Amino acid sequence: MAHDHHPTGIKRWLFTTNHKDIGSMYLWFSFIMFLIGGAMALGIRTELFQPGLQFFDPNTFNSLTTLHGLIMVFGAVMPAFVGLANWLIPMQIGAPDMALPRMNNFSFWILPFAFTLLLLSLVPQLFPDGAPNFGWTFYAPLSTKYGPASTDFFIFGVHLMGISSIMGAINVIVTVFNMRAPGMTLMKMPMFVWTWVITAFLLIMVMPVLAGAVTMMLTDRHFGTSFFDAAGGGDPVMFQHIFWFFGHPEVYIMILPAFGIASHIIPTFSRKPLFGYASMVYATASIAFLSFLVWAHHMFTVGMPVAGELYFMIATMIIAVPTGVKIFNWVATMWKGSITFETPMLFALAFVILFTLGGVSGVMLAMTPVDKQYHDTYFVVAHFHYVLFPGAIFGTIAAVYYWLPKWTGNMFNETLSKIHFWLSIISVNITFFPMHFSGLAGMQRRVPDYNMMFEGFNQLSSIGAFMLGFSQLLFMYIVINCIRGGQGKATDNVWDGAEGLEFTHLPSPAPYHSFEKAPEVK
Amino acid sequence: MSNSKHKNILVKTVGIVALMTVFVFAMVPLYNVFCEITGINGKVLVSKELYESVKVDTSRKVKVELITSINRGMPWDFSTDTKTLEVYPGKLYEVSFYAKNKSKSTITGQAVPSVAPSQASFYVSKTECFCFDQQTLLAGEEINMPMKFYIDPDLPDSVHTVTMSYALFNATSKDSTAALGQ
Repeated sequence: MAHDHHPTGIKRWLFTTNHKDIGSMYLWFSFIMFLIGGAMALGIRTELFQPGLQFFDPNTFNSLTTLHGLIMVFGAVMPAFVGLANWLIPMQIGAPDMALPRMNNFSFWILPFAFTLLLLSLVPQLFPDGAPNFGWTFYAPLSTKYGPASTDFFIFGVHLMGISSIMGAINVIVTVFNMRAPGMTLMKMPMFVWTWVITAFLLIMVMPVLAGAVTMMLTDRHFGTSFFDAAGGGDPVMFQHIFWFFGHPEVYIMILPAFGIASHIIPTFSRKPLFGYASMVYATASIAFLSFLVWAHHMFTVGMPVAGELYFMIATMIIAVPTGVKIFNWVATMWKGSITFETPMLFALAFVILFTLGGVSGVMLAMTPVDKQYHDTYFVVAHFHYVLFPGAIFGTIAAVYYWLPKWTGNMFNETLSKIHFWLSIISVNITFFPMHFSGLAGMQRRVPDYNMMFEGFNQLSSIGAFMLGFSQLLFMYIVINCIRGGQGKATDNVWDGAEGLEFTHLPSPAPYHSFEKAPEVK
Repeated sequence: MSNSKHKNILVKTVGIVALMTVFVFAMVPLYNVFCEITGINGKVLVSKELYESVKVDTSRKVKVELITSINRGMPWDFSTDTKTLEVYPGKLYEVSFYAKNKSKSTITGQAVPSVAPSQASFYVSKTECFCFDQQTLLAGEEINMPMKFYIDPDLPDSVHTVTMSYALFNATSKDSTAALGQ
C-alpha cells in the first residue's frame, strides 16, 4: 500500500503514531511491569513461607508490599487495558486509527520515565533510607512526616503516570465519539468499547484527585503546608477521604474493561448473541456512577458516626445489584448455547466464577461490624486479589488469547495455552484461597512475621505463588511463539461464531491501518 | 475526520480534568467546614461563649474527663490536676492546666481541643480557654492556664460521660526555630 512506509528499527517505536504499534508497546510494557511486580510478590511470599524474619528486614518487606501494589496497579493492569484499547477500539468501531495519534505516542512514552523514577527508589546508593514503605495507599503521615526521601520520586512518578492515563483516556473518548463508522450508534457499540469509554470518564475524573493528593503530600513535606498534619491544623483522616475518593473509582477502572472482554468472548464460544446488551451498558454505567459514592467503606475503622457507617454500608451493597445483573447476563448468554472450551473461553469462565467469589467476599467486607474485624487482615488481601488476579489479569489474558490470532495472523499453540490455563487456575486458588482462612483467624497484612498457627496456610500460599508466577513465563513463550508463526495461519474470522467488525471486515493479520474506508454498519 | 470536532471534545474533557483538580483542592476547606458543622471528628468550633442566664440542671450529673497529650517532638510538660469531675449541666466550672517549657529556647504551643463522644461536642461551652490562642513560653518557664466551661443542659440524656482532650502541638514557626539554632 502506498502510505504503508514508515521508519524501521528503534525510530519506528519512538516516533510511531500507529494505534497497533502503541498498543503493542503498552502491552509489552505492562507485561514487563507484571514480571517486576510479580518478582516482588515472590519476595514477599518467600519471607512469609515461615514465621520469623528470614530474608528481609521489616522495612525492606514494607517497601516490597508498597512497590508490588503500585507497580501492579499503575504499571501492569492499567497499561494493559490501555494497550488493549489501542489495539481494539479503532478496529471495533471501524476507524483507521485513534483520533489523537501524537498524544497517544506521548502518553505511552511518559510511562517508562514514570516507572524509572519509582524503581530508582530501590537503589540504596541514591536512597540510603530505603524505598517507599507506607503501603500502596500511602496514608499520611506515614508518607508525609515519616516518608523516606525516595517518596519525592514516588510523587513525581505518580504525577507522570496520572498525566499519561488522562491523555490515554481523552484519546479514547474523542475516538469513540467522533470516529465511529456510519451507522454505528452508541447503542450498537461493542461492549468492550462501551466499558472503555465509561472507564475513560472515570479516569479523567479521578486521576486529577490522585494528582491533587500527591501534590498536597509534596507541599506538606517540603513547603510548610499542613494539609494532613494535625500540628498545623490539618487532618490525616482527610488524606484517607481524598485518597479513597480516587481509590474506589480506580478499582472499577481496573475491572470494567475486563467486563467488556468477557462480554465478547462468552457470546462467541456459546454461539449466541450477548444476553441483555442494553442492561449490560446501563449496569456498567451505574457501577461507575455508584463508585463515587462509596469511598469511605475503606475506612470504617477511622471512627465514623453510625449514620455514616450505615450509609456507606448500604451504598456499597447496592453496587452488588448492577454487578449481579452483569453476571446473570453472562450466565444467560451461555444458557442453552453450543459451548466449546477454547482457551479464551476457559479464561473468561474462570473470570466470571472467581470474580464472583471475590465479589461475594467484598459484600462481606461491606458490612461495617464485620469489616471492623476483617480490617487490615489477609481476608482483605484475599478479597482484592480474587477480583484483581482472576478478574483483571485473567480478563487481560483471555483478551490476548482471543485477539492474538487477529493481531498476528497466526494461531497460538492450543495445547500449551490449555496447560497455561490449568496451571494458572489451580495455582491462583492455592495462592489466594488460604488467605481467607488466615485472615479470618486474625493474620494481619503488611507484617513480615506472623503467629506460628498460620504457618500451614502461608506455606500453601507461597507454593501456589511460585507456581502462579512461573506459569506466566509459559504465557510469554506462547505469545512469542505465536508472533513467530505459531501453529499456522489464522482464518479471517478466527473463531467460529466471532462477531464484530474486526472479525467480519478485516483480514488476519489486521492491516497496519485498520479501516481506510469506513465500513457500513447496519 | 474534521479536526474541529476532535478539538471540541478535547476542550470539554480537559475542562473536566481542570474542574476535578479545582474540586480536590476545594475539598480541603469544605471538609473542615463539614466537620465543624456536623461535629464529626470531635472537631469543635473554638470560640468564646458567654455564660448568661443558663439554667442549672441539678437533677443529673455528668462525668467530665480531661485528657492531655503532647505531640511528638514538643519538649513541654503539659498536664492537669483534675483528671475527672462530676458536673451539673449548666453550672460554670473552672479547672487549671499546667505547662512547662523544658527546652533551652522559646517555644510557642497550641492546644487543639477535641470532644468525645462527637454528639456531645455541641454541648461543651467554654467561656475561657487557653486553647483559644497560642502560648509562648521562654526556656524553663512554667504557667498555670485556666479553663472555664459549662455543659449545656440540653445535652442528650444518653450521654453520661464527656471526654475533653487537649493535644499540644509545637506552633513555633520553622524559621524562628532555625534562627535559634535548633
